[in-house]
Amino acid sequence: MAIHPPEQRLWWKEHVERTEIIWIAVAFVWGLIMFSTMIAWHVYGRQNLANEAYRVRPEAYVAKVETLAATYKVGEDGASGVPIVRPPPGGDAYLLARIWQWWPILELEKGQSYRLHLSSADWQHGFSLQPVNINIQVHPGYEMILTMTPSEAGEFGIVCNEFCGIGHHTMTGRIRVVEKGEK
Amino acid sequence: MAAITDAAGAAGVGARFRTCPVTGLKVERQAELLIRANAVAAVVFLLVGGLFGLLVALTRWPAVHLLPAEWFYIVLTGHGTNVLLFWIIFFEIAVLYFASAILLNCRLATPRLAWLAFALMVIGGMMVDVAVLQGDSTVMFTSYPPMQAMPHFYLGLILFAVGALVGCFIFFGTLVIAREEGTYEGSIPLVTFGALTAAIIAVFTIVSGAIILIPTFLWSLGIISYIDPLMYKLVWWGLGHSSQQVNVSAHVSMWYLIAAIVLGAKPLSEKVSRTAFFLYILFLQLASAHHLLVEPGISSEWKIFNTSYAMYLAVLGSLIHGMTVPGAIEAAQRKRGFTKGAFEWLRKAPWGNPAFAGMFLSLVMFGFLGGITGVVVGTEQLNLIMHNTLYVPGHFHGTVVAGTTLAFMAGTYLLVPLMFRREIMFKRLAQWQPYLFGLGVAGISLFMMGAGTLGVPRRHWDITFSDAVIPYEFSPAAILMMTLNGLSAIMAAIGGFAFILIVVCSILFGKRVDGAEMRKRLDVSPLAGAVGQYGSAGTIKLPGTIILVAVFFVAFVLYYYVNWKYLAQLWPLR
Repeated sequence: MAIHPPEQRLWWKEHVERTEIIWIAVAFVWGLIMFSTMIAWHVYGRQNLANEAYRVRPEAYVAKVETLAATYKVGEDGASGVPIVRPPPGGDAYLLARIWQWWPILELEKGQSYRLHLSSADWQHGFSLQPVNINIQVHPGYEMILTMTPSEAGEFGIVCNEFCGIGHHTMTGRIRVVEKGEK
Repeated sequence: MAAITDAAGAAGVGARFRTCPVTGLKVERQAELLIRANAVAAVVFLLVGGLFGLLVALTRWPAVHLLPAEWFYIVLTGHGTNVLLFWIIFFEIAVLYFASAILLNCRLATPRLAWLAFALMVIGGMMVDVAVLQGDSTVMFTSYPPMQAMPHFYLGLILFAVGALVGCFIFFGTLVIAREEGTYEGSIPLVTFGALTAAIIAVFTIVSGAIILIPTFLWSLGIISYIDPLMYKLVWWGLGHSSQQVNVSAHVSMWYLIAAIVLGAKPLSEKVSRTAFFLYILFLQLASAHHLLVEPGISSEWKIFNTSYAMYLAVLGSLIHGMTVPGAIEAAQRKRGFTKGAFEWLRKAPWGNPAFAGMFLSLVMFGFLGGITGVVVGTEQLNLIMHNTLYVPGHFHGTVVAGTTLAFMAGTYLLVPLMFRREIMFKRLAQWQPYLFGLGVAGISLFMMGAGTLGVPRRHWDITFSDAVIPYEFSPAAILMMTLNGLSAIMAAIGGFAFILIVVCSILFGKRVDGAEMRKRLDVSPLAGAVGQYGSAGTIKLPGTIILVAVFFVAFVLYYYVNWKYLAQLWPLR
């Protein structure tokens, strides 16, 4: 039994039944398939994270986001007063995570690619774009850059899914995707 | 009463043994007392942590929304530390002592030090709980910097970890003593081998914890100025995730243990089962990567290699156990004469015995709910649609609660008569307990994963965003999932409290049992207990197990690719 020493002293030399060998082989091959699937997705898939990131001082990042927000501001959200910023298509879009908001509101064009910059001014936050369901961890001190191409128009929510203190559940933001050329 | 005899010879100075009437093993007094103490502490922390868990679920249920935000986050921090660390690790120390001293007929190494370890763990655990309840250490179980807790939060964790580390070395010491004193012949039993796997991983785990928690403690005192948040996550998850692999090794050992005692099941092949445990030692430590798949500044090559445990070699270990454990049970049952069709052995299994029922439910749910989803959420790109959503807690309630906790509860139904020598009280309730708890946990796991798939964040007090300046509304389906999660949590909590009631009452007021009567009460197989009947099961055909494994495999493959399909609909990212 499993609670007694093995019957055959040299248990590592014992014969293994065919049923077990087949299952081990199937499981091993399945592991290789799953491993290859991840690699293949980097070649054929369209949803991969870039590994581009830079160390950045939080104050420097905040200053950069504020400057660009002032440059490309197209309006203000009525209820919250958060600026609406429309970065140039194909260009850089900056988003700042801080307690407790995603700032500013970004207005993007459908089908255009943007280099989205993400970083935090204070604690760790979780970028969670809903209902698309893209989830990315945001760290203070690291600026992450990924190229994102919105493929549907509409209003999308950003919620925070990394605990960031007592106001965590009030931390929201928005990305607005408009048709090409639409004001 | 069982005969208590003084051990002869100088080796076991002061060691007093009795012979267990069920297993025929020699039980040393100090080992027995330490197993009892650690098991009792485990159950106490389970009660505290379980209560916190119920409060969390009732707050997440939008229609109930029980606690205010501040208390929700406090209780959520306490839930993680009390059940994931304290309940499970106390119980694991009991398992380590059982698998070494008891299964090897040996005295426990340095019992005084073992009591010191126990004291350190109790003090550490209580210190953390005090820190959390004071309200200034609401940093969640993971305590990611730059968010900072009070110094005694980290110090409590460190003391607890040191105690657990000492416990591991007492286990190693006991193995050495058993070999020196020749208390067994040949190799250690499979269950002890599994426990050894757990202890080796535990050492790696606790060392990772020390490497990161000691500087973090110094940082909280102001001695160190900065902790890099990314570096913290990498090393912390060397503790956080690897400790889950300790749990896997320990509960797989528990499966083999229960199958052996209740049904007299032998491993199909010692070689295969041991190799599967060995794969855990080699590859499980890479799992820290599971928590870094959507972090900045880490290359995809690193992510893919580490998150897959070097091409899924540790997953292979679990897939092997997933076949050999039911296979061993089928073989044992067929030997007892349940040979009709593919499944008579399963239909006529002792489903009324809570040890067996809990063990088998744990096996099935760990595979389907915890295992498959673990591979999916740990896939580099798929993590994008799940990271930090409720899918993650959904997954690990499938592994740690449906898997580990249920297996340990099942083991307790054997531990109480074997180590406390008391009869289990409230027999009817005990029969139902694994089903109540198991079904409740299955619901918790499934509905949290469902909500996570719809994007609902974890660790979140208000998914209706009633106080947010920029509103967002989740679909009604997400709200329904959280309601069902709350209902499931109530069911699991009833099952959990029933367990604690049964165990505590049995230990305090249960009828003392001994000898043949105990064997009868335990409902164990006549095959069991006869020391000497061991070895590989031979050439019995296992059609039932083959069908079960095939069903599992098909479910795995389908679910895996369904998620890729879901990913493919996302906005393109590169």
